[in-house]
Amino acid sequence: MTWVLDLFLLLFIAGTAVAALESRCLLTSSIILGAYSFMMCLVYASLGAVDVAFTEAAVGAGAGTVFFLATILRTGRKTSR
Amino acid sequence: MKRFALLFTFLVGGLLLWGSTDFPDWNDPESPASTYVSNLYITQAYEKTHVPNLVSAILADYRNYDTMFETTVVFTAGTAIFLILRLPLGPLARRRNTEHPEAEPQTLPRDPILEMACRVLFPPTHLFGLYVLTHGHYSPGGGFQAGVILGASFILLAIAFDLRATLSRLPEGLFKPLTALGVAFYVGIGVVCLLLGKNFLDYEGLRAIFSGISPQMIRSHGILLVECGVTVTVSAVIFAIYTNLVSRGNHREGL
Repeated sequence: MTWVLDLFLLLFIAGTAVAALESRCLLTSSIILGAYSFMMCLVYASLGAVDVAFTEAAVGAGAGTVFFLATILRTGRKTSR
Repeated sequence: MKRFALLFTFLVGGLLLWGSTDFPDWNDPESPASTYVSNLYITQAYEKTHVPNLVSAILADYRNYDTMFETTVVFTAGTAIFLILRLPLGPLARRRNTEHPEAEPQTLPRDPILEMACRVLFPPTHLFGLYVLTHGHYSPGGGFQAGVILGASFILLAIAFDLRATLSRLPEGLFKPLTALGVAFYVGIGVVCLLLGKNFLDYEGLRAIFSGISPQMIRSHGILLVECGVTVTVSAVIFAIYTNLVSRGNHREGL
């Protein structure tokens, strides 16, 4: 039954990746990227690489999102398209 | 142009997926990844290092140089961001502060709920970071993760209160040298091993200092020592990157 979980994760990862690219608001993009990192963390955990999953959760979803937010606060929220 | 980029993306993606069919099956005992040294690690790492978490044993003992230079990379990243963003005092600082008038510091109002939540969350976060560091031998975790958690706990403080209050507790004169001190501690362990007659970062040399410890346990303790160096560097770098990014280098107004 693990293929159900894998399929769900794959769909969610692809969905969040496209949503982060297509969003016009950078704040939205960075929050969606945080969700993407959490999904990647679940993938690593389901593959048995718990250490990598831990690092992904701490660095990708935690620290990375905060760095994005700090940068957006000091620059601007809109993409120039 | 956009159509071409999309086509190219699908082409390369399809090529990658097609290439992945040549991979050995998952859990295949004949695959190249599990035929050479990994058997040696799996069968011997616990007897030789007494570290149940093989990832920690490989990361900080067998693949010591990798981890040392990874820590150096983290330190270099922190230093690069410091050099780019941290403003010198004087005319340059004033000029760069007036470049983006629309993005001037927006001080957010203080929120009692956030501050109370931070008061409750900060000590357990800190404790959890130390737990991840010291329990990395037995469970997932280790120096890098512990460093990120410790650095994030200070970022939490800076978000819930303000940057200046946090910087008065943890001044730049403290965390900036700590980024380098962690790496120096790691390399110093290696140099001590070298001076005591063993190879660089061969922890068995440390037995001359900690007498009466078996050669297996000294490797376990050596792993803990270098992980402490990694934690110090990573936590200080995470906090340094955050403070420089959020205040555009002047360390006055934060999120």
